[in-house]
Amino acid sequence: MLILNCPYCGVDAEETELAAGGEAHLKRFGPGSSEDEFHDYLFMRENPKGVHFERWRHANGCGKWFHAARCTQTLEVFGTYSAQTTEPPQEIKDAITAKRPGWTWRNLS
Amino acid sequence: MSEPISALNHASFSGIAMVEECGLQGMITLRGDLSDKVLAKAVKDATGQKVPAQREVLVKGDTGVAWMSTDELLVLVPYAEVEAKLADMAGALSGTHALAVNVSDARAVFSVSGPSAREVLGKVAPVELSAEAFQPGQIRRSRLAQVAGAFWMDDAETFRVVCFRSAADYVFNLLKVAAQPGSEVGVY
Repeated sequence: MLILNCPYCGVDAEETELAAGGEAHLKRFGPGSSEDEFHDYLFMRENPKGVHFERWRHANGCGKWFHAARCTQTLEVFGTYSAQTTEPPQEIKDAITAKRPGWTWRNLS
Repeated sequence: MSEPISALNHASFSGIAMVEECGLQGMITLRGDLSDKVLAKAVKDATGQKVPAQREVLVKGDTGVAWMSTDELLVLVPYAEVEAKLADMAGALSGTHALAVNVSDARAVFSVSGPSAREVLGKVAPVELSAEAFQPGQIRRSRLAQVAGAFWMDDAETFRVVCFRSAADYVFNLLKVAAQPGSEVGVY
């Protein structure tokens, strides 16, 4: 059972209260982009064993989207943070580095 | 004008807790910037309460205000006054980026009371309901088995449960099963 702390309402919400929103920090390539860029934006997703960044929505609760950093291997949660950001805040990265030195995810490390 | 009637018209059930449909309750959903002074004054004028902090509920009887999310409040007023209060509120908020809508007839309200009320709610919602974790004055939006719902405590043994009117029958049956005589678990 995954338990995430919603950064908007401060509730420790368990999985059944949440809706998964897929990979976090995708950059949209829309009209005007090349076919390769659009293909990668649409289809290519990370599927790591280890550190992962995801979007979640507190669907049965305050209804807000937020981000979560967790480990897909152990279900350990490194932290949750606001949806109004294009990359994880430094304290989340530091928390991951403390537990998983040398982690990488896309262009983050 | 036809007479308004609540979803289950005061249906009730007595088991390890008393489950009752509370009847008509005026409700206004208010969305906007909660730190806005104009919005705070509109809330004060309608309910006599200040803008609640995170997950706070300030209710006296059938008047009050509850925190729903970072940009949403639920304003409770007596059913008969809802149109007048809404008009006042809409007038007060006319210059600000905010929205107030009457949702009274889209909701159903239940009360669950008795020494085992915490257990009844604990069976249907994935929420820590021990006396240390959940107290009167707090609101929790969550799910009641398969449907969305919110609840808060009026006093140490009384919960007020709000759900969509379309799910009222489901929630009442759910609470009835959770409150069956002899079904105490004894955790809280």
